[in-house]
Amino acid sequence: MSDHHPTGFTRWLYTTNHKDIGSMYLWFSFVMFLIGGAMAMVIRAELYQPGLQFVEPNFFNQMTTMHGLIMVFGAVMPSMVGLANWLIPMQVGAPDMALPRMNNWSFWILPFAFTLLLSSLFMDGGAPNFGWTFYAPLSTTYGPPSTDFFILGVHMMGISSIMGAINVIVTVFNMRAPGMTLMKMPLFVWTWLITAFLLIMVMPVLAGTVTMMLTDRHFGTAFFDAAGGGDPVMFQHIFWFFGHPEVYIMILPAFGVVSEIIPAFSRKKLFGYSSMVYATASIALLSFIVWAHHMFAVGMPLAGELFFMIATMLIAVPTGVKVFNWVATMWQGSLTFETPMLFSIAFVILFTIGGFSGVMLAMAPVDFQYHDTYFVVAHFHYVLFPGAIFGTTAAVYYWLPKWTGKMYNETSGKIHFWLSMIFVNLTFFPMHFSGLAGMPRRIPDYNMMFADFNMWASIGAFGLGLTQIYFLITLVIAIRSGKKAEDKQWEGATGLEWDALPSPAPYHTFSTPPKVD
Amino acid sequence: MAIRRKLIAGIASLLSVLLSGGVQAASDLNMRPGVTETSIGAFDLHMMVVWVMVAISVVVFGAMIYSFIFHRKSKNPTPATFSHSTSVEFVWTIIPIIILVYLTWPAVKLLVKMEDASESEMSIQVTGSQWKWHYKYLENDINFFSNLDRTLAVDDPNYLLEVDNMLVIPVDTKVRFLVTADDVIHSWWVPDLAVKKDAIPGFINETWTNIPAEHAGKIFRGQCTELCGKDHGFMPVVVKVLSKDDYKAWVATKNDERIAAEKAAAEAAAASWDMDKLMALGKTTYDAKCGMCHMPNGLGMPPTFPALKDSRIAKGPAEGHIDIVVNGKTGTSMAAYGAQLTDAEMAAVITYERNAWGNNTGDTVQPADIQAFKAGN
Amino acid sequence: MTEPTQNSDNKKLVYRLVGIIGGMFLFAFALVPLYNVFCDITGINGKTRGQALYQDVEIDKKRQVTIEFLTNVNRGMPWDFGSKVKSMVVYPGELNEVRFFAKNRSKNDIVGQTVPSVSPGEAALYLNKTECFCFDQQVLAAGEEVEMPMKFYIDADIPEDVTRLTLSYQLFNVTDSVKTESAATK
Repeated sequence: MSDHHPTGFTRWLYTTNHKDIGSMYLWFSFVMFLIGGAMAMVIRAELYQPGLQFVEPNFFNQMTTMHGLIMVFGAVMPSMVGLANWLIPMQVGAPDMALPRMNNWSFWILPFAFTLLLSSLFMDGGAPNFGWTFYAPLSTTYGPPSTDFFILGVHMMGISSIMGAINVIVTVFNMRAPGMTLMKMPLFVWTWLITAFLLIMVMPVLAGTVTMMLTDRHFGTAFFDAAGGGDPVMFQHIFWFFGHPEVYIMILPAFGVVSEIIPAFSRKKLFGYSSMVYATASIALLSFIVWAHHMFAVGMPLAGELFFMIATMLIAVPTGVKVFNWVATMWQGSLTFETPMLFSIAFVILFTIGGFSGVMLAMAPVDFQYHDTYFVVAHFHYVLFPGAIFGTTAAVYYWLPKWTGKMYNETSGKIHFWLSMIFVNLTFFPMHFSGLAGMPRRIPDYNMMFADFNMWASIGAFGLGLTQIYFLITLVIAIRSGKKAEDKQWEGATGLEWDALPSPAPYHTFSTPPKVD
Repeated sequence: MAIRRKLIAGIASLLSVLLSGGVQAASDLNMRPGVTETSIGAFDLHMMVVWVMVAISVVVFGAMIYSFIFHRKSKNPTPATFSHSTSVEFVWTIIPIIILVYLTWPAVKLLVKMEDASESEMSIQVTGSQWKWHYKYLENDINFFSNLDRTLAVDDPNYLLEVDNMLVIPVDTKVRFLVTADDVIHSWWVPDLAVKKDAIPGFINETWTNIPAEHAGKIFRGQCTELCGKDHGFMPVVVKVLSKDDYKAWVATKNDERIAAEKAAAEAAAASWDMDKLMALGKTTYDAKCGMCHMPNGLGMPPTFPALKDSRIAKGPAEGHIDIVVNGKTGTSMAAYGAQLTDAEMAAVITYERNAWGNNTGDTVQPADIQAFKAGN
Repeated sequence: MTEPTQNSDNKKLVYRLVGIIGGMFLFAFALVPLYNVFCDITGINGKTRGQALYQDVEIDKKRQVTIEFLTNVNRGMPWDFGSKVKSMVVYPGELNEVRFFAKNRSKNDIVGQTVPSVSPGEAALYLNKTECFCFDQQVLAAGEEVEMPMKFYIDADIPEDVTRLTLSYQLFNVTDSVKTESAATK
């Protein structure tokens, strides 16, 4: 084996190897996931019962803001980039990512961006406290001094995501093995390609938004300041023009993951491959024309509300196609339920529940009752936790044998799954009820009538937090002393990474391109 | 096949019984129907969507569960080989579209009704500011601030949902609300009326309600629903509904109260207050209105809420101090208290701030000084 | 596929993608004027238009529209500000004048900026102002008092169902930002 590679710290600092970078992304996102999770624990501890017990309201707002920012930009997005790094070259039969040096850059920016963001917690006036959506003028005129660090941090992580996206697009377009036509690519590659296009379309808009914030704060412009002729509602329009596609950026790669795993454990080809590709593309396209459904309460003209309501409801159609295709893939398959499959099934069911509440929220006249309540919190946690995070977890269990050559303990995996399943629902399902009962989001204290729901949610959240520690232990044990994995660990697995590579995959993949028929 | 079909039907009926029992038995698990035509409309629409979603879940999850049971490897060792079917895919693209059209139609009708604020009989301007609401009756000379009642204990049924001055409106009257804000964006929400509108600085938004007569005497409670800073969770919206006669009487009382308050203010301004009296009233007022941000010990939460102890304003010329209390400060959370406190309260609070916590300027500020300042002299 | 062509292919694609990214960054800023155009067309947020001319306007004597005037003084603004009348009933197309007053109660010169907003938002499209203090900033010396006229007409095309519209003016203190601007130009 000519599989030499440098060792020690410099290996990681200077590496241009897609596997090393993928691992770093995944571990980084896991660390961020634990930090963001710790903040969620602070939030849930405070909300465990009515009355202010642990933190004062301003710090509570800092926690909700930082929890959102870290989970979105630090945990979910980097974990998806980590999966892309590991899997895309292997799945398209490429030796590495197309732009390996840029790949190194795009990772190493992240620790600095998040150190900057986290350091704001220790600054005078505290961390950003205006919610992850940073609506003006609360974030501009009224923002704490650390807002400038937040702006710089967002710029840095934006640049990182953009570089990651460029890398994916160039790899997919230029590095495919001969014979690997676009419509033969695994669905994970497809969903990531579409995600990458969304990223390069909307991350610059986010960068533009925070740049305008910066000039509003320090250079006398008034983009969002009514007194100077600006408009705070315009901030929301521009933010959600980024923000809605961003939602799909977080979920589409997870769609790709379960579209790989469900066929593998059904021992049956994915049902409706091409309709899956078209559905993903239409979800991405629709995401550009639905942004204002986040802001029905700002007072839009009737025609605008109708347009955004109907466009949003349309998204249910391609999303439904995907769900039906997954079900049809399982139909008359030969199913087994290993951990990755369990997480993927939970993904389909719970994501669908999140989709249902999404359709409800899309309907403007009822949205006035749901908007900015815990119903919304329940909705987006249902699509993000059992969606994006279960998707990533399923991917980690599924490809761990390929990445490390070691198998996790199936019993531990199943325990992890059932704990996650129970606690996710215990945490987030009661939030539907507290929202319907009238509890606004982002409040540190509440009336007795919301007490039971919040207590259950908090208990669930603490359980969910501990479950992540269990996940970490399971992973570490698997990597250090797991059983040796087979080259094709899963009977029904397909794709180049399983058919053409040993486990663990060699440090340099496909020096000569594989043949694809 | 017959067994399979029975099983599907069985699972479906079981699920629907469980879900309907759950939804209907515990009404506190559901949205409140509220009391107005629009809120009941929203509730009905909500229930309609819930049932459609339950029906879809039964079909989709039912098929999945069926697969889990009958298509597991032990039962079905050789998987089928089909991987697409144009007709099936066409059908499940069309059916959701039909369902969506079915849902959209009532939603459009309700939305059109909700957005029609014309033909209203009275108008109230609702202004959000950090962290209180201000109501101004456009047809009458009535306006007041509505602050959270902070005296209630956690176990009080109205904890965080009680205010010092409720918004009062008559039944059977189309009331239009013109919603705006003084600093950041707030959102005015009363769940039972299905009224939620963002309050945006510089802009007005309108919304309306019309409460049927049988609800006279009831009180409806809601909260601010747009994150607006530190005390976002502490600015409730409380609306009291009166019969038309009671409302007229209330308007009259309000007018009398205003005249009496003006008289009292004039008397207070004419009198000269000694230091002790000012300090005593100052401390109560400070703890109630200022201590939330500047803290009871005067140390504040810098830099957003500056310390008053040893501050340049509290130890500098009295006029600057009066200015910031009366007029507030642009672009900060410091509100204008000129209309919220009486001249005597302002004089007292300023005196208190200038002498408490070792500021010891020795100054007294008299109600008359405030009156003169407000008049521009 | 040989290495050099691979590299130049990659470069070409990267340049294109960077072009898209740069374009989207600029697009974010282009959204600002686009948004204003959009508001102008749809009446989002009840933004009123700039100065209008009163020429060849047809007057519709068959119906009347009520226009209400609301004034708000933002915090940090020691001014009295209001309209002389609370509301007017006008014929669409007819040119009307309403007078506003402002008084600076403080001992400093203060620059004020009024921001207009119309509700219902759609009605903003039909409100034409031929003269308005809101087009400029107001500078009032300490204790100064002024009366400011606003001339407007409501377009006869205003939909039948709009029988009442509300014009609100929120007055902001912009003294500080005017100071920083003039300091920057000096």
